[in-house]
This record gives sequence, C-alpha cells and structure tokens, in this order.
Amino acid sequence: MNRKYELVYVISPDVSDDQVNELHSQIEAIVQRMGGQIEKTDNWGRRKLAYEIGRHKEGTYVLEVINGSGELMKEIDRRLKVIAETVIRHLVVRVDEEQGVIERTRARRTDTSRRRRVARGLPPDRQPGEGQRGEPDEDRDERFDLGEEMR
Amino acid sequence: MNGGGRKGPGGGRGRSQQGQGKDGQQRRPMFRRRKVCKFCSDKIDDINYKDTKLLMPFVPERAKILPRRISGTCALHQRKLRTAIMRARQLALIPYTAE
Repeated sequence: MNRKYELVYVISPDVSDDQVNELHSQIEAIVQRMGGQIEKTDNWGRRKLAYEIGRHKEGTYVLEVINGSGELMKEIDRRLKVIAETVIRHLVVRVDEEQGVIERTRARRTDTSRRRRVARGLPPDRQPGEGQRGEPDEDRDERFDLGEEMR
Repeated sequence: MNGGGRKGPGGGRGRSQQGQGKDGQQRRPMFRRRKVCKFCSDKIDDINYKDTKLLMPFVPERAKILPRRISGTCALHQRKLRTAIMRARQLALIPYTAE
C-alpha cells in the first residue's frame, strides 16, 4: 500500500553542504531499498529557527515528498531519531488524503461557479478584468518564503 | 446583507455586552463589523504548515493561537489552522511562545 508522505527535517547549521547531500542520499537509499520513491526534494536552505533548539539558532530545512509504505516512513523516522546530533528536528506527515480532499473541494467549487455562470448566460470561465477583487492563484505551491524574517 | 454588515444587539456569537454598563436599560447597539472566515472568503482550501506567511497573522505577539471569537474563522478552518500551526511549531517555523 503506497501512500504519499512529506518529510521535513532540520539539519544543524554546523553540518556542511556535503554532509547534507550525503544525508539525502542515505534517505534515498532507504527509500529505494524498501520499495518507495522520492517524488520531490526541496532544499529551503538555511533559515532562522523560531526558537532555539539546544544551542542552535539556525537550521537547514529539507523537504522530501516520498511515495511509500508506512513501514518505510517508520524506518526513516527511526533513523533520523538516532542521529539527533545532525538532524535537530524532523516531521513526517501523510498528505495523500488531504490533497485529495483539497482537489475535490476545488473541483466542486469551479464546477458550481461554472454552472451558475452558464445559468446566468455568461461564458463558463471568468474573463480577464472581470470581478471586483482578484482571485487567489490556483497554484499556491510556491510559497515557502525562504528569506522571510521571523520575529 | 444584514444591515450593511453590522451586527445588532445580541446578534451572532462573541461577547455581547453592549450597552449593559450604565444605569437602566439604555440599549445602544454597538456597531461591530461582522467577522467572516478568512479562509472561506479567500477560498483558501489548503492550510499548510509550510506556509508561515499565512499562519503568522493567527499567532500574534505571545505566539498563542488566535481564538475563533476574535479572528472569526469558521470551525472547520480553525481546526485545520490549529493542526497546521502545531506542525509548524514542531519544525521551529513558528514560535511556541514569545520570549
């Protein structure tokens, strides 16, 4: 049973970029060994932590989107716990169900709006320059504001 | 549209202590903007823990989660907001407390 998970881990700022890459390949190896695949890797780079963890004030954030079984994620979680020296925080979240719900609500909304527009005798899609206020972007995935200053 | 978006005495939830203070029954309705859920009105489906820009307005100064009675967020979205904030806190994207 393959599911979609998101793994975010925070690496201690003392660790070099090479070691960060090595950690990534270690995780990749585990994923491949247990029959999963990495869908996406996103290195957010170094950013300030909202609070101090131990003596650290900064950390390197890496996001991995992984397709795999629960067993696989358990194994990764266990491994990351062991190397608490380098990985100061990590979080595994299952995302497939939530994404499905989001897509469905989004689809339903465009559907109803189209139906209503047609019933009013308008073209099904909103024309440019129509409406009072701007609609939020459909694709809101690119919003991990990296350099954002946190209090 | 509910009297130009205003709330009459005792209308809606929240503290309705309007006009109870002074002597007698001088009920003057205090005009207060009707609160609406930001996520419903902006059609934000995905309350994501990675989106600190979205979450930060809901954790003011002391970094506590802003209650529904103040923000006006609907129950469904407040629940999603809460999980998102708690996840973001775990990753030190959002503080637990202000020092």
